[in-house]
Amino acid sequence: MASADSDTQPTEAIPHAVKIIVAGGLGAGKTTLVSSVSEIAPLSTEELMTEASYGVDDLGGVEDKTTTTVALDFGRITISKDIVLYLFGTPGQDRFWFMWEELAEGALGAVVLADTRRLDTCFHAVDFFERRNLPFVVAVNRFEGATAYSEEEVREALDVSASVPVVMADARERMSSKEVLVQLVSHVLRSRQAALSG
Amino acid sequence: MTAPRGRGPGTPWAGGRGHPRTEVERGTAPVGDSTAGPLVRPYTMTKGRTRPDSDGGRLDLITLVVTVADREDRTREPEHEAILRLCCKPVSVAEVSARLDVPLTVVRVLLSDLLAQGDLRTRVAAPVTKLPEKKVLQAVLDGIRRL
Repeated sequence: MASADSDTQPTEAIPHAVKIIVAGGLGAGKTTLVSSVSEIAPLSTEELMTEASYGVDDLGGVEDKTTTTVALDFGRITISKDIVLYLFGTPGQDRFWFMWEELAEGALGAVVLADTRRLDTCFHAVDFFERRNLPFVVAVNRFEGATAYSEEEVREALDVSASVPVVMADARERMSSKEVLVQLVSHVLRSRQAALSG
Repeated sequence: MTAPRGRGPGTPWAGGRGHPRTEVERGTAPVGDSTAGPLVRPYTMTKGRTRPDSDGGRLDLITLVVTVADREDRTREPEHEAILRLCCKPVSVAEVSARLDVPLTVVRVLLSDLLAQGDLRTRVAAPVTKLPEKKVLQAVLDGIRRL
């Protein structure tokens, strides 16, 4: 007989879902990284923005309220029968900041994908995660034709603390993307230890 | 130019209601740059509601929902039926939205209807302020290493 409380039904347990955010400027390779490790081809979902209250788009004086859609791309990795990991790419435009709050809520950590040709495009992401105390790593995506910078040069340019891992990556390569995630989750574990003992 | 920008080639708005959304072209699709409004009024299938009646607060992007096996036998709206078919295994809210090509805001309303009717169940979410458990993090790390 089924229990009246749907959460305590003696049926198959629902796995625990966790998420990691993949941030970076437009064209930094977020979807490429997600697709290289995801078990499904990345999916795209849409959030509607219908109210001016977000303070992002000024709709004042506009008679017909317009609806803006924000696309979010994500992938999935089944960790075990109890845990599912989702990887969410951030919307690439600054005007969709309100989505970042929702994405960051409850996230394990974040990857900031840096394109050394346009390092400034990831300043916002670095600021955002630092302010929220969300552990992150910087993954420098290699692009052909881009000048190769050392980890130290990138760290200095982005002004991230010494505890933040900076890793060189090729988002097209599954093993490379996997290594980025390994670095991130290891860093999250270390940060957690520090938070508990500090 | 005041006309809204189009969604760009390769990512057409499929109109919602049942047809699976074209998946993002691997590696090449621009992310989050669509600003044009949808061609169908998105809240038609929620009868104008933009917020869940109840329980919607716990439906975040990765909340997993699953269809209750011994649910009541009754006639339901087609979009409710589509969700129940999709969620025979646990599926995240974001995935329901993507696979049915229905915006997240709308999906949350539809899912909360189904939860209220006892057709779906969900896992009680951990408080978002809580640090992830060490054993969960370790399991995630081990799982990624196995990739």
